[in-house]
Amino acid sequence: MNRNLIIGLILSAIAILAALVSFIWTPFDHVAMNIPAKLQTPNLTHWFGTDHFGRDIFSMIMVGARTSIAVAFVAVGIGMGLGIPLGLWAAARKGSYVDELIMRANDLIFAFPSLVIAILITAIFGAGAVNAIIAIGIFNIPVFARVVRGAALPIWEREFILAARVAGKKAARISVEHILPNVLNLLIVQATIQFSLGILAEAALSYVGLGAQPPTPSWGRMLADAQTLVSIAPHLALIPGFAIIITVMGLNLMGDGLRDHLNPRTRVART
Amino acid sequence: MKHFVSQLALASALSVAGFAAHAANTDITVAMQLEPPHLDPTSAAAGAIDSVLYSNVFEGLTRFMGDGSVVAGLAKSWDISNDGLVYTFILHDNVLFHDGSTMDAEDVQFSLNRARADDSTNAQKALFAGITNISVLDTATVVVTLDAPNGNFLFNLAWGDAIIVAPESIDGIKQAPIGTGAFKFANWVQGDKIELIRNDAYWGTPAVLENVTFKFISDPTAAFASVMAEDVDAFVGFPAPENLPQFEADPRFQVLVGSTEGETILSTNNKMPPFDNVKVREALAHAIDRRAIVDGAMFGYGTPIGTHFAPHNPAYVDLTGTSAYDPELAKKLLAEAGFADGFETTLHLPPPSYARRGGEIIAAQLAQVGIKAQITNVEWAQWLETVFRGKDFGLTIVSHTEPMDISIYANPEYYFQYENPAFQELITNLNATTDPEARTALMGDAQRMISGDYVNGYLFQLAQLSVAKAGVQGLWANAPTQATDLTAVSWAD
Repeated sequence: MNRNLIIGLILSAIAILAALVSFIWTPFDHVAMNIPAKLQTPNLTHWFGTDHFGRDIFSMIMVGARTSIAVAFVAVGIGMGLGIPLGLWAAARKGSYVDELIMRANDLIFAFPSLVIAILITAIFGAGAVNAIIAIGIFNIPVFARVVRGAALPIWEREFILAARVAGKKAARISVEHILPNVLNLLIVQATIQFSLGILAEAALSYVGLGAQPPTPSWGRMLADAQTLVSIAPHLALIPGFAIIITVMGLNLMGDGLRDHLNPRTRVART
Repeated sequence: MKHFVSQLALASALSVAGFAAHAANTDITVAMQLEPPHLDPTSAAAGAIDSVLYSNVFEGLTRFMGDGSVVAGLAKSWDISNDGLVYTFILHDNVLFHDGSTMDAEDVQFSLNRARADDSTNAQKALFAGITNISVLDTATVVVTLDAPNGNFLFNLAWGDAIIVAPESIDGIKQAPIGTGAFKFANWVQGDKIELIRNDAYWGTPAVLENVTFKFISDPTAAFASVMAEDVDAFVGFPAPENLPQFEADPRFQVLVGSTEGETILSTNNKMPPFDNVKVREALAHAIDRRAIVDGAMFGYGTPIGTHFAPHNPAYVDLTGTSAYDPELAKKLLAEAGFADGFETTLHLPPPSYARRGGEIIAAQLAQVGIKAQITNVEWAQWLETVFRGKDFGLTIVSHTEPMDISIYANPEYYFQYENPAFQELITNLNATTDPEARTALMGDAQRMISGDYVNGYLFQLAQLSVAKAGVQGLWANAPTQATDLTAVSWAD
């Protein structure tokens, strides 16, 4: 285990733990407003202070972690669920019209700035967590399709694949039984990175008001709400900002660490 | 040391230069949130048009003052016949339009006929509904005949929708307005600013300022930054009440807190079940804690109201008691209406913070009595399309900024769809009454009727919040109509 991986795991674990614990316990009801107690700085009762409606920020951060993680998780799931089969299919039919069709369609999606299109999708179909998931998910498809295809192509040239083909296995079966296990390491690393990007994208969409709608807490919207209050209550912006930084940094470090850890070459080099 | 001295000299030189420029300051940059879609106040409802042009560029026969009173404008005086049907207006002499042509009785006749014509696109055609004839006696005398006495007629003529325009200027009015005011339109950089210059041929008291720039800054954070950085000299209708204490504490600025005609209401679709049930609407009214909304959404700026009427109006009746905050009563009423377990509805919120923040608070308050309000944030265009025209909504929050607009409740087609023949009759009576005491009594009845029918949730009267540099004087603190009257604004020495 390298240092990046350990730090990354710890930081990510904090966010995931906060999200999980929020299902059974938060210090306060995260939607309960108490306007006379608004804009308190962090204190013993309200550990992270209160927002402009007197809601407990600590509780909101915990539940907000749930929103961020859920959106990113499902979005990455969509990306993997559709992107991996497409990538495997394209690799199996390398050079054919299927390959061309899949990869050019992927290029088309990839050519658009992802956040702009995500904003477009939520603007057309309405703001909300579900549409945010779909919007972020769509942009994960070409990422996984490309990674899988790129990694799968050299494997198709290997002898054990030839052996499988000689044994009469169909391309689809070879893809699942032999190709997929050999690109899995790469996929785990990519998924971690996409996961952190998903959390950032969710925060960005919520920031512009297109993500989870109130009263569902979301780190991005907490930042947006804090905008005009930042000069009188800076903790309102700093706390969700740090929550996003810690989570995204944690996932990125974990991704880097996993890549080094799972890659046989670097692993050997380090021991 | 030498370095320090030279810096000091430079600094003092700069401050002297700064002082010299300040002493002769006849320029002002005024910021506001919304940019007008075009520049014709007589063919659109957008208040932003009046905010720039009312009184500055365009004038009517009568006009509003900053305290809400109606005084003579282009009409020097008028005479009302004993039956209240014939108004004879005497116009000021030597009034010139900005293009140099004379403003005379024919322009008045043209303007009022244009506003009340069948194909008129005037946003407030009702203001002119009672006019049967407009005739020109001589170049300075206009006679307006009404079909019934109208106690509001002079008030109606003071609206921005009733300003006087020249027939030949209509073609270009949306881009290059030509009026009679103390300022002339100079330039419009769309998306950024509108510039006016002083009209040296003005018929009345000339303006002190020479150059006026209106800047449009919609984002509250940018608004705060622009004032703090002194990029603008004043911000009228400052969008972030939470920042005002900082300006108050800063000697560079003054904060103006005034009243507006904006009744901020939880508008309720009276034709959509379950809101067609008066018990449900009553429950809604009792579920709302106004104080929490004023404190939470407006940081304390705003006066709670219990009906659709401005509290600073002498005819206002305080009816907040009929819809006092009482969640237990609300639950009981819901149970009586058959919604013991509550129900689900939608809450459309336009961009201003009174709506977005107020909406979050109201959703939380409604949740306490079992009503689940699904929040949908919408832009203004979308709000006008779905809510105002499409009437496809359950609840929405909006501030009705037109003055004396309780008569909208007499229109069953209006977006909240309140249909009550008794109220419609009451408004017809009110319009035909000229006796001030009888009018006050009728306005009281009207307020009580809509309050008792719980037509909408009445929240608070929007405050007019403006920030200006300490040296700016003569700005309106109140907003009796949508206007930023700069004709009497100047810099203190």
